[in-house]
Amino acid sequence: MNKPLRRVALACLLLFGLLLLNANYVQFVRADNVNNDAGNRRLLLEEYSRERGPILVAGQPVALSMPAEGDLEYLRRYTNGPLYAPVTGYYSFIFGADGIEREAREVLAGTDDRLFVDRVANLLSGDPEEGGSVVLTLNADAQQAAWEGLQGQVGAVTALNPQTGAILAMASNPSYDPNVLSSHDATAILAAWTQLTEDPARPMLNRSLRETYPPGSTFKIITAAAALSTGDYDAETEVYAPDELDLPLTEAVLPNQGGASCSGNEQISIRDALRISCNTAFGNLGLELGADVLREQAERFGFNTTVDVPMTSAESVFPTDLNEPQSAQSAIGQFDVRATPLQMAMVAAGIANDGVVMKPYLVQETRAPDLTPLSTTEPEELSEAVTPEVAAQMQSMLVTVVEEGTGQNAQIEGVTVGGKTGTAQTEPGRPPYAWFVAFAPAEDPQVAVAVLIEEASVAPNDISGGRLAAPIARSVMEAVLGR
Amino acid sequence: MSANAAAARGGRSTGADDGPRLRTRRFVELVMTLLAVGIAMGAYAMVHLARDGELPASLPAYTGGLLLLALVAHLAVRRFAPYADPVILPAVILLNGLGLVLIHRLDLTEADEAIAAGETVARGDAPLQLTWTAVGVALFVVVLVVVRDHRMLQRSTYTIGALGLAMLLLPLVPGLGTEVNGSRLWIRFAGLSFQPGEVAKLALIIFFSGYLVVHRDALALAGKRFLGLDLPRARDLGPILLAWLASLGVLVFQRDLGSSLLFFGIFVVLLYVATERPSWLIYGFVLFFGGAYFAYTQFGHVRDRVTIWLDSAGSLATGRAFDLETSFQVVQSLYGLAAGGLIGTGLSEGHPEFVPFASTDFIISALGEELGLTGLMAVLVLYAIIVERGLRAALLVRDGFGKLLAAGLAASLALQVFVVVGGVTSLIPLTGLTTPFLSYGGSSLIANWALVALLLRISHAARRPAPSITPAASDEMTQVVKL
Repeated sequence: MNKPLRRVALACLLLFGLLLLNANYVQFVRADNVNNDAGNRRLLLEEYSRERGPILVAGQPVALSMPAEGDLEYLRRYTNGPLYAPVTGYYSFIFGADGIEREAREVLAGTDDRLFVDRVANLLSGDPEEGGSVVLTLNADAQQAAWEGLQGQVGAVTALNPQTGAILAMASNPSYDPNVLSSHDATAILAAWTQLTEDPARPMLNRSLRETYPPGSTFKIITAAAALSTGDYDAETEVYAPDELDLPLTEAVLPNQGGASCSGNEQISIRDALRISCNTAFGNLGLELGADVLREQAERFGFNTTVDVPMTSAESVFPTDLNEPQSAQSAIGQFDVRATPLQMAMVAAGIANDGVVMKPYLVQETRAPDLTPLSTTEPEELSEAVTPEVAAQMQSMLVTVVEEGTGQNAQIEGVTVGGKTGTAQTEPGRPPYAWFVAFAPAEDPQVAVAVLIEEASVAPNDISGGRLAAPIARSVMEAVLGR
Repeated sequence: MSANAAAARGGRSTGADDGPRLRTRRFVELVMTLLAVGIAMGAYAMVHLARDGELPASLPAYTGGLLLLALVAHLAVRRFAPYADPVILPAVILLNGLGLVLIHRLDLTEADEAIAAGETVARGDAPLQLTWTAVGVALFVVVLVVVRDHRMLQRSTYTIGALGLAMLLLPLVPGLGTEVNGSRLWIRFAGLSFQPGEVAKLALIIFFSGYLVVHRDALALAGKRFLGLDLPRARDLGPILLAWLASLGVLVFQRDLGSSLLFFGIFVVLLYVATERPSWLIYGFVLFFGGAYFAYTQFGHVRDRVTIWLDSAGSLATGRAFDLETSFQVVQSLYGLAAGGLIGTGLSEGHPEFVPFASTDFIISALGEELGLTGLMAVLVLYAIIVERGLRAALLVRDGFGKLLAAGLAASLALQVFVVVGGVTSLIPLTGLTTPFLSYGGSSLIANWALVALLLRISHAARRPAPSITPAASDEMTQVVKL
């Protein structure tokens, strides 16, 4: 009976081997997945017994953990809650986390794999466990300037460093105070959550990142870039600019703003068309170039994809399957074209950076509890939207817009600023959106910014990108440039 | 003769005419037993250190108690089975001790919750488990003393078989049996609950082994051909088939499908080992899947278990969210295991109380959560060692009955651990089987101590040096040879 006995022994070995493999599978291979499952409260309880690491802007913590009494040993506090809320997100016992609190969860909680050695050291030394810190790219002055500019209005501001892609400001109004969600009082948290989620003004929405709007005339940058990129046009090429553009296949026409006329002889240079934001010229360019060319150019700026900053952005859309009238409307940023403020900032940044769009990012660096760096974000090229030659022409034209055209409210003394206004039609009876995208200084760009005003407390006829959005862009750029 | 007596007492043989000096290795066993007690008591101390920051006042008392039990068992082995394998007893003591610590740890949390809710604190399960451990060790000693030679059991094969079957049937007797969680497995007698199925399992293994060793040749021979397969004669196969079907039937009737699975597996293994015909394995597979399919279609609770298993294993593998409503127990078990990760949360630092039936069916989850993958793997390997040593005894022992009995006992342990741990880790559907030595439950504990006593008895017979024959001093033709 020994031969079958040996086989049985082998079979038992295999059975135990299976158990060991499966244990490894559950407790190691799939552990992260299981721990992060929505219904799993254990990790949360774990995290609350440790000091969560801070989120830093310009060396100062905007989110930090303080010791507290009671079951949960630490309380998460936010300095300037509403100012940074779109970026930090919230950290709530009941409702989980959002924003950087969620994306950098493992570093902040100290459970990141790279902090394993620290945890073991803490284990041995008996020191309390703490999380690592997250250093953001935000410029505190720029963020403050953006926030102050948005007060009294519904809108968003995104500012980037064109040469690296670092996000210098990301503001959204109305905002909310994450402190009400991170308290330890369950009833208070529930009440706050209900109030915030049912508020029609949607204070928890990060409009810079997660909401798309028709870009309106700011899209003409892309249309102009597309035209220049074909090689058949340059900044001074004269194009057809009627008072009203007949849209083929329809009875409709594409008018200019306020029914104005762009040119006495129905011809205008692209530079001038941008300067005065002539709809008919660009609508016609859209017909001549065709939707595919426009789409391709838009996609090279980042349309039709999402980007992780690390939070995932909404997708800015340039539609497929456009017929001619729709192409004309899309060329001026209407019809179904939609963009996030971040996307439009990326457009300005791409132009400013000699045609190269850099990947936007919020996290400069993460650090271990003892402040040694865990990871540092290196700037990364996203795409080459236009050649440097085209970019140079675009820069020059956009500087003309600010110096002589609709963007004069964004002028900064002693600095060459380039920009473009936009006033996007929304729905009949609803006031338009006001946009302004800009970059400065043109010769060595330090900042590119996009400002969107969704709702303002001025009369609808007074809403324009130049009037409402440009001043905010100016103050943000001034903050970055240190003026 | 005096040399033999000395050898039997566990000392070193001194006679020049004995065989090679065989070490009994009891000293090794003593050292490992002390180590096992040390580990268990260390764990006990850690539970309280983690909770209260200081050693528990009851530590010396419990250490003394466990040490006493361990030494009693060890001395019994020294005296009554001195050549037995030295690893099995310490492994069992360690498992039993760890089980006690985990159950105690769960008691403490239950007490905390009761205090927090303002209810009276229940006595807790650990003291009762400790009592059952003492009973188990007592039974262990009794078995070692009474069963001086395992071949004694062979003489009463049929009696033991009948007893086993009767014990299986006991819970079905009205008035004696009680229904718990939908299955009739328990009897209440004089205020104590007892699960005769566990002891019945031992009896039936003895019966199978005894029967098979006698009829193995007949069963190995071809009788009739049926559907291209060789079947032994009905006369030989009949009785055992009947006994097996009867036990299965009873178990199915009692809705204890875990035990049905176990019995079936043990029987197939024993048949294979006894007859050395792999065809029995094939028949076994076929019958198993047929039976499983039958159970699946006929029994609602089998379908439920399979659904739960498929759902949780699916979520585990694909990353889909776990469905707590359908598979609450298994999912909580997986949450706990994943939270343990590689090194565990530490005793008293996890939340095994979130898993229902943590002290019985899901004790492995509590272990995996607090002692981590390393702890779980160590325990699995401990079980594997016990099984392996049992199978080694089966290989070494010289008589067929001993081989079969040892193989049956070892295989039953292996199968049981596989089924339990597999269910808890979502490898296979859940059954109701207990985890040997770890789970809270007196009947299972004492039955397993009896099982270990039998294994040690056979191991002793296997490793005992062949009795040497001393030539008689006289010249007479007939000589008295004392073995």
